[in-house]
Amino acid sequence: MSFEDEQRMSRRPPEPGTSVAVIAPHETFRSVTDQITSVVLTRRTPLFWWATFGAALVGIGFFVVSTCWLFYKGIAVLGNQIPVAWGYPITNFVWWIGIGHAGTLISAILLLLNQSWRNSINRFAEAMTIFAVACAGMFPVFHLGRAWILYWILPYPNTMHVQPQFRSPLVWDVFAVSTYATVSVLFWYLGMIPDLASLRDRSKSKLAYGFYGVLCLGWRGASRHWRWHESASLLLAGLATPLVLSVHTVVSFDFTIAILPGWHSTIFPPYFVAGAIYSGFAMVLILAIPLRAVYGLQNLVTERHLNNCAKLMLATGLILAYTYLFEPFNAWYSGDPYEMAVVNNRAFGPEAWTFWTTILCNVIIPQSLWFRWVRVNPKPLFFVSCVVLYGMWMERFMLIITSLSRDFLPSSWANFVASFWDNALLLGSIGVFVLFFMLFVRFLPMISIFEVRELLPHSSPTGGSEK
Amino acid sequence: MKSQSQSGFVPIEQLIAAPRPRHWQTVEQYEALARGGSEEYCEAEDTPLDEVSRRRFLQLAAASFAFAGITGCTRQPPESILPYVTEPENVVPGRPKYYATAIPVGPMAQGVIVESHLGRPTKVEGNPAHPASLGASSVHSQASVLDLYDPDRATVITSLGQQRSWEEFRLALTNLLGPVQTRGGGGLHILTGSVASPTLGAQLQAVLKSLPNAKWHQYDAAGPHGARGGANLAFGRPVNTMYRFDQASVILSLDADFLVTGEPSTRYAHDFAARRVRGNRLDMNRLYVVESTMTATGGKADQRLPLQYSEVEQFTRTLGETVGVPNVTAASNARYSEWLGAVAKDLAAHRGSSIVIPGAHQSPAVHALAHAINAQLGNIGNTVVYTDPLEQEPTDEVASIGELAQALRENQVELLLILGANPAYDAPADLGFPEILSRAKTSVLVSLHSNETAEWMTWQIPESHPLESWGDARAYDGTVSIVQPLIETLYESRSPIEILDAVLNPPGRSGYDIVRAYWQGKSGRNDFEAWWRKSVCNGVIENSALPLITPALATNWAAKLPNVPQQQGIEIVFRPDPYMYDGRFANNTWLQELPQPMTKLTWDNAVYLSSATAKRLGIAAQHRVELSLRGRTVEGSVWILPGQPDDTVSVHLGWGRTRSGRAGNGAGFNAYRLRTSDAMWTAPDLQIRLVGGTFPLATTQLVQSMEGRALMISDTVDRYRSDPDFVKKMTKDPPDGLSLYPKWNYTGHAWGMSIDLTKCVNCNACVVACQAENNIPVVGKDQVLNRRAMHWIRIDTYYEGDIANPRGMYQPVPCMQCEDAPCELVCPVQATNHSVDGLNDMVYNRCVGTRFCSNNCPYKVRRFNFTLYEDWVTESIKLQRNPDVTVRSRGVMEKCTYCVQRIREAEIYAQVDDKGLPDGTIQTACQQACPTQAIIFGDINQPDSHVRKLKEEKLDYELLGELNTRPRTTYLAELRNPHAETEQA
Repeated sequence: MSFEDEQRMSRRPPEPGTSVAVIAPHETFRSVTDQITSVVLTRRTPLFWWATFGAALVGIGFFVVSTCWLFYKGIAVLGNQIPVAWGYPITNFVWWIGIGHAGTLISAILLLLNQSWRNSINRFAEAMTIFAVACAGMFPVFHLGRAWILYWILPYPNTMHVQPQFRSPLVWDVFAVSTYATVSVLFWYLGMIPDLASLRDRSKSKLAYGFYGVLCLGWRGASRHWRWHESASLLLAGLATPLVLSVHTVVSFDFTIAILPGWHSTIFPPYFVAGAIYSGFAMVLILAIPLRAVYGLQNLVTERHLNNCAKLMLATGLILAYTYLFEPFNAWYSGDPYEMAVVNNRAFGPEAWTFWTTILCNVIIPQSLWFRWVRVNPKPLFFVSCVVLYGMWMERFMLIITSLSRDFLPSSWANFVASFWDNALLLGSIGVFVLFFMLFVRFLPMISIFEVRELLPHSSPTGGSEK
Repeated sequence: MKSQSQSGFVPIEQLIAAPRPRHWQTVEQYEALARGGSEEYCEAEDTPLDEVSRRRFLQLAAASFAFAGITGCTRQPPESILPYVTEPENVVPGRPKYYATAIPVGPMAQGVIVESHLGRPTKVEGNPAHPASLGASSVHSQASVLDLYDPDRATVITSLGQQRSWEEFRLALTNLLGPVQTRGGGGLHILTGSVASPTLGAQLQAVLKSLPNAKWHQYDAAGPHGARGGANLAFGRPVNTMYRFDQASVILSLDADFLVTGEPSTRYAHDFAARRVRGNRLDMNRLYVVESTMTATGGKADQRLPLQYSEVEQFTRTLGETVGVPNVTAASNARYSEWLGAVAKDLAAHRGSSIVIPGAHQSPAVHALAHAINAQLGNIGNTVVYTDPLEQEPTDEVASIGELAQALRENQVELLLILGANPAYDAPADLGFPEILSRAKTSVLVSLHSNETAEWMTWQIPESHPLESWGDARAYDGTVSIVQPLIETLYESRSPIEILDAVLNPPGRSGYDIVRAYWQGKSGRNDFEAWWRKSVCNGVIENSALPLITPALATNWAAKLPNVPQQQGIEIVFRPDPYMYDGRFANNTWLQELPQPMTKLTWDNAVYLSSATAKRLGIAAQHRVELSLRGRTVEGSVWILPGQPDDTVSVHLGWGRTRSGRAGNGAGFNAYRLRTSDAMWTAPDLQIRLVGGTFPLATTQLVQSMEGRALMISDTVDRYRSDPDFVKKMTKDPPDGLSLYPKWNYTGHAWGMSIDLTKCVNCNACVVACQAENNIPVVGKDQVLNRRAMHWIRIDTYYEGDIANPRGMYQPVPCMQCEDAPCELVCPVQATNHSVDGLNDMVYNRCVGTRFCSNNCPYKVRRFNFTLYEDWVTESIKLQRNPDVTVRSRGVMEKCTYCVQRIREAEIYAQVDDKGLPDGTIQTACQQACPTQAIIFGDINQPDSHVRKLKEEKLDYELLGELNTRPRTTYLAELRNPHAETEQA
């Protein structure tokens, strides 16, 4: 479908008597399956895919070179110093893991809330979660002075008789993130099994048949399979739901547990969760908008999806704006001179550009989402999503460096200066993410076939209207 | 180049074909590297080996085996290591031995006690029996041990790029001396620094006696030239002036940085601080400072007046007139006349207990006037005393090097012998050095490094470091110490006395024999052996201080005073660097990375400008500027120095070396290039020109304002008198029980520290001492610029008040060893924990390097090995390491430990020897080095311990105590004693 077609569709008013279409009308079980499996099995790989994959390979080049250099020389190649002992790696970690949250929210919370519109975006959102968590998970390792003894953070029986120090939020982090990664991978894979079977059944080559045949674990579509599959999905959704809130809450403890002014704040957990979902939905949109255009998925990922995601962004963005507002109040109300100095320093200090960039990207520009035109039009929405994603990176960066660079004793104050390798590593991680995502798009069903089929009127006793 | 070939000197470039190596110390090494040899041991590969017969080999082998057990193992081969069959007497592995010796810097020495581990000197401490030390030590003494192991030292005897043996040199010397002797020494010129060593002095005098036509020149580029001239002017004879700050109630410094710069500063700072806290701190002395550069002493002053160098002389004259020195008149200056009047009144009110001290580099007139003022105030004999000069032959050194230059120019120099001097680098710029050095027929340099002068010499002999050679030296009061070696010479080096002995009594004796023979003759005692042993063992020769004299002012001294200089344009002031001195310490990385007292600059000197002058000239910090003075130019980077007088540019000498070694080469700019023999310390009409661009300067403290926070508490003694509890009122102590965790009950020892801010003078000796004791790496300028300096203790230096004349606030900050330590809570792997005696321990082996501890440290005292900072490669540096302290690797956090290795050692030996741990047994490295005893460490559980008493004082406060970290290191607020009258003026 061309862009003009999409424009036309988006402007078409909803038909009276029906809810806004989750998917386009006139779709059948067969058309849905054909459309989604053809991306993997039959259609020519579009130029867009090759171009993006190529760009991702360049990113991988940065990634490989910068990690090798980092492990060879040590943290000195980054901009980290004393007092700003955390810099890009922790920023990237929080950013990536936040991005993952939207995927889990879509696949788990919206499943439990019976938001069936999610069915056509949950698969790639989950994939996004997994790749984002993978990128996130790398950074705490990269930032360690001695990454090769990373496993000391894990509790395991050892001859040293030393266990992790459980009062440290970094240990909680390990549990939170590893649990999150495990549940997300299981959930994603479990959800994909029926679709992998469809791919197996439609595959023309022996190789593809074997590949998908092994992956689908002998799925035959028996009703027993479906029953167990559904209970397992619901159980995992139940497990994943608290994780959406808990993981970023624990990540925020990495800051709030410290006594550093600007970090030591009880508002951080909700603030971080909202920010995570905010950036996650931005990423979902950044991925969905080109994909639906390139692969002609406008019938499955409709303007309603864009609209809903944009609304969620707007809502979480407003929560964020509220916390931005509340922080100076908190500092003023506490009467703590150090807290007040940090607030002042963030807004007017030498690193104030990070603060104002954050405000511009996360608060001011996203207000355009109040307009429906912005919410349902792919181009402006794509732009706003990119701005939010950048703003959310900048927010974490601002939180980390402005607090560290000017804390209690002016004698140790120093501004953070990023090195080339800081940027190369961030770029490299984006390369890793895009590479994995492109491979996912090419080799796995990027939209859940069976769940989309559930949305069709034929599969519903009510004849297609939402429950 | 033409003149070089006259002496047979062939430029190196012609000797060697490309490729050119980057780092090299000797010509041999350069050649070897150019051939592709290894950087480290290249000299070994082209060492011409003697033909060794089987017989000789067996002899050597037998001797080696026999001596192997005696000498101990300083360098062991990797192949097979054999344990002692019979242990050498008194050597217990793991138990260091301590030897007394002395570290000379210029003409003055500081007595030290050196710690030696299995024959390796590792750490220098002050000698409590030595008057210039009293147990404390200067930065130079502390850093001297690194000079010993400097991998860039000259290692072999060379002549014209060829390696030679000592025998070859001796033969050559005999051949050279033959014709010289026939002329009665004509054509023999010896250049030394200021010589105060009795043995060396006697040798030089003996040379002059046997060869009367020989010439001895002395030149110490950073020596007290003005003081010598001033003594001659006032008394008509050279004297050595000493000040007794412990007896002075009012002190006026005339451009003297007596608390920090120069070798007596260790003792002076001690006396000053002791007097400052007398009578429960209520009977404070008062320090007035008039100065042309903001110094640490000026920052400490109760009242300070920034004046240009030339104005100081005017000021001194007016002061002389005001206190009633006869025949001195001056025009008064409205700018400071009121201030001066108040100071004069205060001085006069303390007759006999005041001091007027002129800066060593101030003009002879200021010195002469100061002598007269002290006499007028009745201070002489009380607070100001005189002895005969320390130098064997006090000379006008500028004239002396001028004579040498003259002789060289006139081709009169047959044999030039340079002992430890470096005229190619530091001679006045107008004399024609270094080119004229090639006019000497033969020239011999004895020096630690293959320095700038070495390039122009026919012979170069490596000089032995004081820690590896015999000698003697005088303290500021004349007390003589025998310098004894702690290790056999690392390289084929000789000490100056051994060289001179080879001249005097060929073939020459060992240093030990020379020094011992000299003192045998000098002491004239029957029980010499006992006397010698005692003197060497104690590190001081009893009663060797020079007797006090009372010189009388020359009759018409005042008439001989030169006219008051007229200030014109911008004035430049040359000052010896507090760390580099005249440049001889340039390759000492500890001193290179030691933050300058007031600016915290490392690895560079700077063009110091006042804020107003910089603004007027349109110059900002780190701008590159060209200084031109009488057609000579040098380029440097600007630093805005608060408190610097307007229209005065101050530069530190001793930087911009080109052949000091890898660390010193290219660090800073060479101010000697502007310095001429008629303007050794100041010159008017300096031109400053922006050359465009910036040159980054690496400071360890970017913000020198306290931002209105009560971090370093300082107030007047009057406030303390009227409200003794004012500190407690200023600080908030959080109530007990705020922590979720139960309070730990310290039943045994509870280590703590108290830092007295009134006493700290910002000399930074603690920083170097800590670095030496704890194997702290040097990171280099780039890493300092990246905010990654590793010092475990730092002296936070803040300015307070008007930028044109601020007060300096000095706050040493080691790890606070918090009882509720924020760092411990956030470490995920238990790498930092609390010990039962209250130390915040750091377990390097366990650290994975998350750096969360540093983020959570409100004092930011934790230091991280961002990369491999420790030198794990250079063999000689490894010898310096303290075996009791882990050498850290990359990726781990580190910080001050309260010198836990010293605590544990003392505890172990207290247990082994079944004795207690009385207060004062354990001293941390910073405490031991501190000249003013500002740092006191001890057991706060012990009721009568010194540290506990200090913590009970009303001035005691916790830094950031409101955070409830409950730091074990607390501070005593600073008290100052400004004079109400001058305050108004």
